[in-house]
Amino acid sequence: MRAGVPGRDNRHTFQGFLHVANFTPMSALIGGALIGISATLLLWLNGRIAGISGIMHGVLQRRGDDAAWRWLFLAGLVAGAGVWLWLAPPAFAPRAGYSLPLVLLAGVLVGFGTAQGGGCTSGHGVCGISRLSVRSIVATLAFLVTGMASVFVVRHLLGVAS
Amino acid sequence: MTRAAARNASALAAGLVFGLGLAISQMVNPRKVLDFLDVAGNWDPSLALVLGGAVGVAMLALRFVLKRKQPLFESEFHLPRTTKVDRRLLAGSAIFGIGWGIGGYCPGPGIAALSAASVEALVFVAGMTLGSFLYQRFAAPRS
Repeated sequence: MRAGVPGRDNRHTFQGFLHVANFTPMSALIGGALIGISATLLLWLNGRIAGISGIMHGVLQRRGDDAAWRWLFLAGLVAGAGVWLWLAPPAFAPRAGYSLPLVLLAGVLVGFGTAQGGGCTSGHGVCGISRLSVRSIVATLAFLVTGMASVFVVRHLLGVAS
Repeated sequence: MTRAAARNASALAAGLVFGLGLAISQMVNPRKVLDFLDVAGNWDPSLALVLGGAVGVAMLALRFVLKRKQPLFESEFHLPRTTKVDRRLLAGSAIFGIGWGIGGYCPGPGIAALSAASVEALVFVAGMTLGSFLYQRFAAPRS
């Protein structure tokens, strides 16, 4: 195992397309179902779309009650993940050694892009597709395609271990 | 309990369930997300099932929810008003995807990963905040 120095990385050598590895279907389905339940709760109880980017952009701009529920949702998001990490500590070790400037750049692009595109994987991907919104289906296809292209460039053309 | 308090409590509860779902499905692990997007490497299809599981549940449940006249603790459903597929939607989503592929975080997992005291998550969320401000300051349509 190489330790995160930028450069060539054998883990990501070309295997042919769709060479499946590390598939965890059960936890994916259970976690996904919980996300669907959360989206249902928020719309049924509060009439709000559970789009994380929308909730986050709103936190930065709104005041009073309209900011309060957003802060609470985000606090719950962190706490909910925290509970699972506490119950099952090996569930996830933070990635170490990846370029922090690249992570910062990623954050800026995600913040800007989700503000302009009006949603992310949850708002467009989960809630929008569930409502059969054409706008959200198009958005989801767009970020899946550029996401895959972006990973191809970073891992396979630039050879960065991400 | 007032309606405002009920709204706040349900937002917190919905956030908790969402965070739990992201952690159980391991979407808080950026490597797992990148392995899904890496169709030319060791491909991990898990994210597709997370999305599929979430959409499956929400699609069924929202059919009933949206038949109601109004939400339980609120006077109206706050659904997106625009249905236009335009350049802004495509450009924004494309930019988001590029950032997603560089970092392995979309907004939910980026924020949820703060719970693991991950330095990366902190840097990512700071970047996201900056990106949001940059958009508002320089690119948002003036109303």
